[in-house]
Amino acid sequence: MNSKTSSLPASMSVAEPAPQSKTKLKRFARRLPKRKIWPTWALASVQGVILAGFVALWEVAASSGWIDAFFWSQPSAIAHTLGIFFAEGNAYVDIAYTFRSTIFGFILGTSLGAVLGMSFWWSRNYALIMQPYIICLESIPKLALAPLIILVFGMGLASKVAIATALTLVVSTLTAYSGVQAVDRDQEKLFYSLGASRWQVFTKLVAPSCVPWVISILRVNIGLALTGSIVGEFVASQHGLGRTILYAGQTYEIALVWVAVLVLSALSILMYIGVSWLERILRKGVVR
Amino acid sequence: MSGPMSKLLLDDLSMVFNTGGTEFVALAPATLSVPAGRFVSLIGPSGCGKSTLFNIIAGLEAPTTGRVLIDGEDYTGYIGQVGYMLQKDLLLPWRTVLDNVALGMEIAGTPIKEARARALPLIKRYGLSGFENQYPSSLSGGMRQRAALLRTLLVERDIVLLDEPFGALDAQTKAQMQEWLLQIFADFGRTVIFVTHDVEEAVYLSDEIHVMATRPGRIIETLPVDLPRPRDRSIVSTPRFVAMKKYCLDLLHLGEQGALAA
Repeated sequence: MNSKTSSLPASMSVAEPAPQSKTKLKRFARRLPKRKIWPTWALASVQGVILAGFVALWEVAASSGWIDAFFWSQPSAIAHTLGIFFAEGNAYVDIAYTFRSTIFGFILGTSLGAVLGMSFWWSRNYALIMQPYIICLESIPKLALAPLIILVFGMGLASKVAIATALTLVVSTLTAYSGVQAVDRDQEKLFYSLGASRWQVFTKLVAPSCVPWVISILRVNIGLALTGSIVGEFVASQHGLGRTILYAGQTYEIALVWVAVLVLSALSILMYIGVSWLERILRKGVVR
Repeated sequence: MSGPMSKLLLDDLSMVFNTGGTEFVALAPATLSVPAGRFVSLIGPSGCGKSTLFNIIAGLEAPTTGRVLIDGEDYTGYIGQVGYMLQKDLLLPWRTVLDNVALGMEIAGTPIKEARARALPLIKRYGLSGFENQYPSSLSGGMRQRAALLRTLLVERDIVLLDEPFGALDAQTKAQMQEWLLQIFADFGRTVIFVTHDVEEAVYLSDEIHVMATRPGRIIETLPVDLPRPRDRSIVSTPRFVAMKKYCLDLLHLGEQGALAA
């Protein structure tokens, strides 16, 4: 059929448009937009230029008086203070102190939360009874309780760990519980059809299914744990980067505030790298 | 009904759901006897109670009336007594193919090393060679079904329930899988109960076909398939095969009309 149609003489073809309509109708012709990714070196150099430009602008603005160097400080002063901070002050004590409370709070909050959230799988009644309390706990601004926590746990490390734990615990619990609720019913059915016990379903199905959910909160919890430790140090502490910032602010050593913030950022990036590494191990085989 | 004769005996099984005062009969009282080593198919439109029947046999749902007898003993409401392969392959994405296939044995208490050692030769023999250490995400649909079926077979239960295992596969893969299943059936000698709504598939694979109908879900007719084994693909064009297929299709249409008239 087709071959016959195509072999028809041109004069017989009805589909041929009239010659004059060709000039009237401009054919709609657009190409698929191209999206080309630059090479890594190009991207990195643009990023470097932006950073250098920002620092240079800040320096110039501060030294020429466009912004008040007393309040905003300036890169050269910050670099100078950074050197002093590491050479003379007890920088490492402070860094270790904040790092320790953050890590403890992170581990405690995340693991307790994951365990608590997954425990709701065992009994629907238990989950339903606990639900309002969990939601209540979530809505409390936990940082507002910081002064109370300091009173109870003292000035030392314990109170900072407690605040960091409080911040991360509730989020972890809720996320792990969502993971439990998302377990495939048919998958559960398969396990029971194989004669599995509840404990086997929990360890071989529910817990592994929750791993991606727990992974998803690790990054968030790094930030939350760090915030908890620093706020704890703001309220009352003898060491830590939070205390350094508070002290520097009160004595108008703005350069030192920036130094502490820089070190905190570096700490945070370090922990992000750690978490990414942890993710790769946990995610093994789980494609999401 | 001769109890000791049949491997699986469904004795007057029925299932009635009661939702808000209205009764819904998912399965009208059904009695079914399956001798050992037989391949039996259930065909019928969706909603004819096939899945309910399977869930009851597997102990995942309690019937309203009736009993499930395996080798003459009452196993109503007991899980883990039969191998059950659900429609989806349900492979665990975080386990390798080998560990997925070994899952059933692992749940039954076999040490993981031994379970792997027993699973590996089967994986190699039944078309998954080289994939034992891959994760399910890298497998094609047909391969996933193979892994799921091997997992079911390795539980070492005499009775295997297969719920539309090839329903989601394309025609060509489906044909391959049918050959593969016949091979497995011949090798393992299990009693297979197979649910499908593909009449040709049912006739090609089975020793006996039970035709079901909806509203209420019930078995309307049982017919033996007297085609010789081993079967070759060419059998599908023989007059006997075609006649049998037509007979089943007519029964299904009749059931549909009956449901409409009721």
